[in-house]
Amino acid sequence: MSDTHVRQFLGVLRIELAKTLFGRRALPLWLFALIPIGISLLSLIVSTVWDPKEGGVSLADSVMAFALIFQVLVRGLLFLGCAWIFTSLFRGEILDRSLHYYFLAPIRRELLTLGKFVAGWIGSTTLFVTSGLVCQGLLFGALGPSAALDHLLHGAGLLHWISYAFVTALACMGYGAVFLLAGLRFKNPLVPAVVVFLWETTNPLLPALLKKLSVIFYLQALLPVRPEGAEGPFALLADPVSPWLAIPGLFLFTAAMLFLATRRALALEIAYAGD
Amino acid sequence: MNAAGTIVFNDVSKFYGEILGVNRVSLSIPPGITSLVGPNGSGKTTLMNLITGLLWPNDGSISVLGVSPRDAESLFRLVGYATQIDAFPRGARGRDFVVSYLRVHGYANDEAQRRADAALARLGLTEAGSRRIAGYSKGMRQRVKLAQAMAHDPRVLVLDEPLNGLDPLVRAEIIALLREWVDQGRHVIVSSHILHEVDLISDQVVLLNEGYVVAEGDIRGVRSEMRRHPLQVLIRCRQPGMLAARIFELDTVVEVKLHVDGGGLLVATRDPDRFYLSLNRIAVDHDLGLETVCPADDDVDAVYRYLIGGEEGS
Repeated sequence: MSDTHVRQFLGVLRIELAKTLFGRRALPLWLFALIPIGISLLSLIVSTVWDPKEGGVSLADSVMAFALIFQVLVRGLLFLGCAWIFTSLFRGEILDRSLHYYFLAPIRRELLTLGKFVAGWIGSTTLFVTSGLVCQGLLFGALGPSAALDHLLHGAGLLHWISYAFVTALACMGYGAVFLLAGLRFKNPLVPAVVVFLWETTNPLLPALLKKLSVIFYLQALLPVRPEGAEGPFALLADPVSPWLAIPGLFLFTAAMLFLATRRALALEIAYAGD
Repeated sequence: MNAAGTIVFNDVSKFYGEILGVNRVSLSIPPGITSLVGPNGSGKTTLMNLITGLLWPNDGSISVLGVSPRDAESLFRLVGYATQIDAFPRGARGRDFVVSYLRVHGYANDEAQRRADAALARLGLTEAGSRRIAGYSKGMRQRVKLAQAMAHDPRVLVLDEPLNGLDPLVRAEIIALLREWVDQGRHVIVSSHILHEVDLISDQVVLLNEGYVVAEGDIRGVRSEMRRHPLQVLIRCRQPGMLAARIFELDTVVEVKLHVDGGGLLVATRDPDRFYLSLNRIAVDHDLGLETVCPADDDVDAVYRYLIGGEEGS
């Protein structure tokens, strides 16, 4: 990669990050990211004011509460957030009729696709890691400053936080790649988004072989805490995959999606009337 | 001229599904201002989009100064394109818009800002550069697109309806700018509905109709090749009746009509060169008070009317 390529890549990042985090499109994302914080606050109020436990909130309660909130975050909000961010990268600009400005610059479409993807990944990861971090801060903060610090520095707190952040980043990467391709491939990416959502949601009910054809299966394998029964009463159990397979698997899956997205971007023509 | 100095279409066809965009176009466009003229749907924008790789041809090949439109990395170092699409990234401000896409070109921040400022100043948008494009007038939006297309100093400038929405003063400034551009040996390709302006600014024209090139080249050259349609010559003189009697006898003359104001004649001839020689002799032999002799229909408007049969170019 030459200096020019690096500057081009940074040029794309600058435009796309401004749109993802600060543009008009960013508002629903900030709302998505705020929802887990709201749930954490609600959980805190219930456990400390509405229905206080004898002896106060325990560390185990807080760990389990966040594990459950994280399921909501990944399965619902992060999924929708990624659908919103990554389908907009190309399809949003086709609808705004402004994609041609990129196509009229001397930038390889492979680099443009990669730049947009990385911008989407940085934007979504920033939002949802921040959201997760604030949630944990609220839930563990309720234990009291010394207990929270003790959990963070001497207990499993720091490792959990890093693990959740890592899983969030991987989730944004995997789902992001799927939705980037969907935004390039389909005029209405809502349809594939609903199909992927149903596939990922019904993953616990799928036979072991089919479970492996989803992003959530590999993400679940990397969680530091898996709440019991979170997959519902009808879940078909399957052996969790090893992290040594899950992580490279997600990277390979992302690379395959990006390859297909790049192929699509290379063939893309600007004919907005037809879109 | 070799391919490295021209824009070459070699038997290019483009279909949108079953709808014809352009069909079997072969062209060689030299430096200078080339106007694409034709009614809506004739293929002007399709040709421009094919040159710039926004569309891919179904058949044939295109070379822009020796570079394929598929090689975006090389092509857009040479080419700038202001499309007809009146849309911008949401919330963009004029200067930021130009700077942002110059950075996608690969310019460092300082250089991108310097080039953006120079381009905006050239188009008279220095003060408006800090405002949101959404608040610009149509003419200002047109100019900011031109600034963006010109900012990297391309050798080929492709402009789709560049004079649309501009007031007469700015129009004249843009035309002067384009002339200055081609005086440096560059290409400017424009499409326009405004035929008399095409006539004023063009070094060559490409006339299109329903996806086909119906004529190309220097406008007077195109006109002279249209043997089927005699050239009309307007002659103003003090004694049009006497002149009519004399030139009726010439075998080069097809038709003579008295001008509506009675102050001259409209003469149709298939051989203008011989006709002008004969007219000189008549003028010398008879004191007719000749004031003006000029072609009445060798402009692009007339050529277009003859070739395509419409009343105007669009």
